[in-house]
Amino acid sequence: MSVLDIKDLQVSIETEQGKKEILRGVDLTISSDEIHAVMGPNGSGKSTLAYTIAGHPRYTVDGGSITLDGEDVLGMSVDERARAGLFLAMQYPVEIPGVTVSNFLRTAKTAVSGEAPRVREWIGDVRTAMESLRMDPSFGERNVNEGFSGGEKKRHEILQMELLRPRFAVLDETDSGLDVDALRIVSEGVNRIKGETLLGVLLITHYTRILRYIQPDHVHVFVNGRVAEQGGPELAERLEEEGYDRYLKAGV
Amino acid sequence: MTVIDTTPVVPVQTRSERPWSFDPEDFERPTGREVNWKLSDLRRLAPLLVDEETEAGERSLDYDTGDAEARGLLVESTGHDAAPRGEIFQPEDLASAIAWKRCANALHVRLPEGQAVEAPVVVRIAGRGADVHGNAHIVIEAMPGSQGTVVLSHEGSAAYAQNVEILVRPGARLEVVSVQDWEDDAVHAAAHQAVVEQGGFLRHIVASFGGGVVRVNPSVRLAGEHAEGELFGLSFADAGQHLESQVYLHHEGVSTKGDVLYKGALQGEGARSVWIGDVLIGSGATGTDSYEKNQNLVLTDGTRADSIPNLEIETGDIAGAGHASATGRFDDEQLFYLQSRGIEEEEARRLVVIGFLMEIVQKVGVPEVEERLAAAIEEELRRGASLAPASRAGA
Repeated sequence: MSVLDIKDLQVSIETEQGKKEILRGVDLTISSDEIHAVMGPNGSGKSTLAYTIAGHPRYTVDGGSITLDGEDVLGMSVDERARAGLFLAMQYPVEIPGVTVSNFLRTAKTAVSGEAPRVREWIGDVRTAMESLRMDPSFGERNVNEGFSGGEKKRHEILQMELLRPRFAVLDETDSGLDVDALRIVSEGVNRIKGETLLGVLLITHYTRILRYIQPDHVHVFVNGRVAEQGGPELAERLEEEGYDRYLKAGV
Repeated sequence: MTVIDTTPVVPVQTRSERPWSFDPEDFERPTGREVNWKLSDLRRLAPLLVDEETEAGERSLDYDTGDAEARGLLVESTGHDAAPRGEIFQPEDLASAIAWKRCANALHVRLPEGQAVEAPVVVRIAGRGADVHGNAHIVIEAMPGSQGTVVLSHEGSAAYAQNVEILVRPGARLEVVSVQDWEDDAVHAAAHQAVVEQGGFLRHIVASFGGGVVRVNPSVRLAGEHAEGELFGLSFADAGQHLESQVYLHHEGVSTKGDVLYKGALQGEGARSVWIGDVLIGSGATGTDSYEKNQNLVLTDGTRADSIPNLEIETGDIAGAGHASATGRFDDEQLFYLQSRGIEEEEARRLVVIGFLMEIVQKVGVPEVEERLAAAIEEELRRGASLAPASRAGA
């Protein structure tokens, strides 16, 4: 069992108006068999948390720590974090012109596992994963994210998660922009991977919709860069009915 | 990509009105102020501006046409007055006029009417030394309904002025790939001029890797109704190299379609690229659909990329026309994405550069040519591996 431990995390970004604090002391502990949902209104710092865990250079950590089984994650480069078993499914994955999906997947797999995958086995794994995400085989010959629809981009993120086998996955608004069918396919993917391997999930979302398909063990409500409330799945149900107004009015 | 500089310039004259002549005497020696020379390396190109006998007896460079003759694709070389030489070609600068005059026998590659020529016709052109001045005229003719690929592959060293006349007859589909893989001290100025007749299709690709100064200027007239032209280019400029393309696409016929995309990478002190893209949509070219774009990726400090798109439209009745130009350093978001999948920074940079240029390679559509170009890109990257990356944008 692995543990991803976030303690008193404080994060800021540089803007044209100067430094802007976004996370103001976040505590979160996730075991590699748990699903945690982080919910909150726009601008509450949910995505900042996701990108800080992954190590995006735009975000400056002013205090606190992130450790993975005691190892200092903040001291690792972006690629070291991925090789340590962290994965971020992005909300807006970028296009990489001229790099095909199959080349990209093989390069990433080789990097994460430290050796090139055996060709025959790998081709089979990719085909199976693509089939279960209802992706056409021709997908592999397309350039990474180039001309992908919103749903294709998200499926491609989950495909990578399935093939790279991380210990912890952060899903940053994976549900946004998906229709019901795509949402079901993507959620099934997450649940399937979770069933096959030890995987801790940090599910970041604005809406409760995806939680009908992916059942969280814990729910954290983010407001203004802090955890304003936490609880079990019942908290999500309450948010479904009441929204975030309660927290915003309270000015937490 | 970070946009550093976009310089749209209004041309001083309509591109089609540029003077031309077969006689070198009609051209002034360029001073560097002329619209078509102002960004060129005239000092190094100077040997090509000397009107001297070069092709007396034997040619100044070696031409290897492989099995083209056996396949019946070569026409006996043609003199100045032998059609179709000069059917559409009009020298527009001094080097080109000298090349016209001094090349007595043009090489003539012809794809026979109605035939799909499977394997690409490869013409290997090898220089014999930087001090050997050569002049050439090459005719590539795709007869009606024919289909095929012709590759001009340059290597060795030379001071080489070259005219390439490309004739795409009605309904023909022709791909012309010019690969510049010269030694560091070679200078090469080429004027490609093409006409695409009714329903014809030309894909023209310029790939410049090696050479001191390489200037390959393609002009394409989409003359016939429904003629199509794809003009692609890729260049990889290293320290001290000057790689240039002045591209001209003239929509003349009704419902013609044009797509221009040139991509360049630059690495090392003094690496230089120049791209001038002129698109002219003539008054009769109703229903035109045209787009041109130039993108440059700066890999190290000390490089310079000039990028000048020009678009002239003489009819309002078109389907679409646009242009774009961007020169920038690495896109940090692309690097982040790849690194977040465990790929180390250096490998991620390599993937991004290869991918950036592979967009052109992927358009070739002929596997053996694609493999060759991909290998050349890999070789360029190996050469630049020790160079420090460009400082981050905004840093």
